[in-house]
Amino acid sequence: MSTRIPIIEKIMSANDSIAENNRGILDRAGVFAINIMASPGAGKTSFILKTLDALNGRLKLGVIEGDLATSIDAEKAMAAGLPAVQINTGGECHLDAVMLADALPALPLQDLDLILVENVGNLVCPANFQIGTHLNVLIASIPEGDDKPYKYPGMYMGMQALIINKIDLLPYVPFNMEYFQQGVEILNPGVTVFPVSCKTGEGMDAWADWLVEKVSTNRSSEK
Amino acid sequence: MHELSITQGILDIALTNAGARKIKKINLVIGQFSSIVDDSVQFYWDIISKDTLAEGSMLHFERIPGEMTCRACGHVFRPNGETFTCPSCSSISVRISKGNEFQVESIDVE
Repeated sequence: MSTRIPIIEKIMSANDSIAENNRGILDRAGVFAINIMASPGAGKTSFILKTLDALNGRLKLGVIEGDLATSIDAEKAMAAGLPAVQINTGGECHLDAVMLADALPALPLQDLDLILVENVGNLVCPANFQIGTHLNVLIASIPEGDDKPYKYPGMYMGMQALIINKIDLLPYVPFNMEYFQQGVEILNPGVTVFPVSCKTGEGMDAWADWLVEKVSTNRSSEK
Repeated sequence: MHELSITQGILDIALTNAGARKIKKINLVIGQFSSIVDDSVQFYWDIISKDTLAEGSMLHFERIPGEMTCRACGHVFRPNGETFTCPSCSSISVRISKGNEFQVESIDVE
């Protein structure tokens, strides 16, 4: 004899409430934070460093680097003069809210305007795990192929801005932009898209201007 | 490798709702667009539920296939993994109508 108890609770609810708490910590410190997701090799670390260049001192930037085991990316960020924290997930394929909660106290939040969080290189699940940032940004890159929205719909649904990196390779790699953007539009109608090249710097100014605007809008809505 | 934290989330929800009663079965509803591997969750479940009121309980996965609905003609279809275009009228104005589910729906207790 057994009794059925109806629950209907999202499996991620415990993680999501810690994420909510993280967002509160960021908001109280007046810092805007972005979760950068992408497959391995899409150019996340280069993109962060190029963003620093393109901002040209307009925002004070901090970085949280997620990786399975190494601290290579955090070292690159620190070499560029950024306050950076490394999170080693020890094999986990994504960052979660607890990891961000542990990393935030290691950054000088009061002195920062913006934190870029580099998630683990993975197109399967990071979007399922809220970490408490204000925005999810996905970096797609031309050599990955134009079918990624169709293969990883969860990631393309779980973002609020899309970077298309390595557009300098378009003349050399078969990539049907129309087919790619069709998938994106269906999964995430009207999403803001920035075609960029970290190699040539093309498109980075538009992205940096957008970031400055976002940070400023978030500040005024907090007041 | 994210199934361990997901499994922990499932266990926490089940134990919170069970009171002091022994848990026999956990009923999960998982949509196709939620990335989770049943066997992996079951593997972790047997380990982390040990010595709790959920020890020996069964996980039941109700899988919801992904489904799209065409905004133009109303046709409902399953995406084939290569395109999301409506197979009936070729419109690209479609929306995901099923497949994002990811929840504990109920538990069976003694």
